[in-house]
Amino acid sequence: MTAAELTLVGLSHHVAPVELRERVVLDRDEAAAFARDLAPAVCLSTCNRTELYLAGGQEDRAAAALAELAGEPLDGVLYRLHDDDAALHLFRVAAGLDSLIPGEGEILGQVRGAYEAVEPDSLLDRVFRQAIALGKRVRSETAIGENPASVPAAAAALAAQVFGDLTGRRVLLIGAGRVGELAASNLASRGAVIAYVANRSPDAARGLADRFGGRGVPLDASALAHALADVDVVVSSTGAPGFVLHAADVPARRHHPLFFIDIAVPRDLDPEVSRLDGCFLYDIDDLEAVVAETLAGRRAEAERAEALAAEEVERFRRWRASLDVVPAIASLRAHAEEIRAGELAKLDGRVSDEERAQLDSVTSQIVNKLLHLPTVRMKEAAATSDGIVYADALRHLFGLEDGER
Amino acid sequence: MAEALFWPVLIGYGEAAFAYASPRTSRLATWGVRVGWLAQTALLIVQAERTDGFPWATFAGSLNLFVWLVVSTYLIWGCRPRFRLLGLAVMPPVALLFLVARIGGGTTSDAASRYPNLFLVLHVGLVLAAFAGFTLAAALAGLYLWEESRLKRRAPDILRLRLPPLQSLERLTQRAIVVSLPLLTLGLAAGIVRLRQQGASTDPLEWLTLLTWLVYGGFLVTRPAGRRGAYLALAGFVLVVVSRLALAGGHFT
Repeated sequence: MTAAELTLVGLSHHVAPVELRERVVLDRDEAAAFARDLAPAVCLSTCNRTELYLAGGQEDRAAAALAELAGEPLDGVLYRLHDDDAALHLFRVAAGLDSLIPGEGEILGQVRGAYEAVEPDSLLDRVFRQAIALGKRVRSETAIGENPASVPAAAAALAAQVFGDLTGRRVLLIGAGRVGELAASNLASRGAVIAYVANRSPDAARGLADRFGGRGVPLDASALAHALADVDVVVSSTGAPGFVLHAADVPARRHHPLFFIDIAVPRDLDPEVSRLDGCFLYDIDDLEAVVAETLAGRRAEAERAEALAAEEVERFRRWRASLDVVPAIASLRAHAEEIRAGELAKLDGRVSDEERAQLDSVTSQIVNKLLHLPTVRMKEAAATSDGIVYADALRHLFGLEDGER
Repeated sequence: MAEALFWPVLIGYGEAAFAYASPRTSRLATWGVRVGWLAQTALLIVQAERTDGFPWATFAGSLNLFVWLVVSTYLIWGCRPRFRLLGLAVMPPVALLFLVARIGGGTTSDAASRYPNLFLVLHVGLVLAAFAGFTLAAALAGLYLWEESRLKRRAPDILRLRLPPLQSLERLTQRAIVVSLPLLTLGLAAGIVRLRQQGASTDPLEWLTLLTWLVYGGFLVTRPAGRRGAYLALAGFVLVVVSRLALAGGHFT
């Protein structure tokens, strides 16, 4: 008899298109309820994956439940993994190795959330705790999540490379485009102040400025000149066909650098700006090159993270093997103790208390010495794939009842 | 005792010089710096106790003290995880200079000078402390120019091979000079007072040090920003190097 099997049934961005994934995505409460229906189970549901981790059976029920959510059969896209393979998958997920962007950090919080939303049994508890610990370890021991993996995040990281702490740094956002807004949000999340939003449409400028707590200004030379004298970072993402800012319009900066981010295509900012003293200019190609480079770095670090995940699977495998062996050892010891106590009971009334105590001690030592070596060998076997064979042999040879386990 | 302390210093600084090459071993490098610095501090204390007089007045001896002062300023201002490349710029020459000090006999405890201790402590100690600060400022200025050039040419690996932020480098360069210049001023003043007392004439090294003072004084007055500030800090450092080499000519003997 073996310990409960770990099973994974799920789908992810590797095999399922977004149209399908969005039909099976669940929020935290829904995922917890879904898992409880299949208990003992944990449901991990994000925009990139919906996976059910099960202790024991229910594999087909889980697959059917997911198909019901999707509203169509999932035969071609659903993956099913068992035991070590399922554990390795979870460890890679928690470490960010299975993510669309290797090393992204959000997934670890999502794994933790899925685990904490239910009351898992000992198998799921163990594998999820290991996964969360591994996720933290990968982030602390490798540089997989250190550098930005998107253009807006890279823009903010580059600004920080010039100014250090961005708290209080003032930003001029030119245009109300989506990517520019994302870059501005990234800067704001690092403490920068979106001081001005310049746009051809005053309403759009004001609307966006209000959201960031800044000031909407018209997109003309005098307003830009005024704003440029007051900011540290300029983010531009208009749909204008030509340059909206020429090098000649940039005021001289004697003591403070000015960092320009041009995310527009065609470009908004005159490339000559980068030649000005104290001015740094990054356009979309530069930012994408930086992101490509940091992603290459993440992939290099991913190799180290994979090795850590493999180590963790080995630990999990040993623990699982011990689940097969430890109860057999406990049964054997209980069986021996039962025989010893029974035989000693036959001497009741025929020996003195002192003699009884001595016999108790001597027989205990005999039992312990006899069982010491088998116990050690069994524990050693637990670390190998033979553990279960040894455990079965032990039960068979000594007639240990399954119920004692 | 001084002999026994030499090796931990060299091993600590040497280990740091290599370990700063990789981000994975930079924490070990920092420990190498700390252990080396503690051992060198003990070495200097042993030298001071055992020598009858000021033990660092020779070229090699002053180099030993100079190395300790450079590492001290580095520990105060630059020894941070994000400043790994500063460690890589500072520690290899530090380890090398310490070895040169040893070869020149500057780590033993039998060198002494005919000059009074108080004067030597004030003059040599303060001037060397200032030079150590200027050395760190030069390393920071060098890193600034490199980082600025990478940002200007938009090097794709700018975030992978990450230096400290540009403005942090600029600020620290200025701070190192602001602290070091008064030390140089006091050290120079002590030397000039001594010259007056002896009625001796000014030697070329003193003129050179005065020129160094003028360059850094100019830096402090004008506070040039960006590249100009970095170039001026490096120009001052060239004079510091020449002054250090000129000390080999036997300024105190």
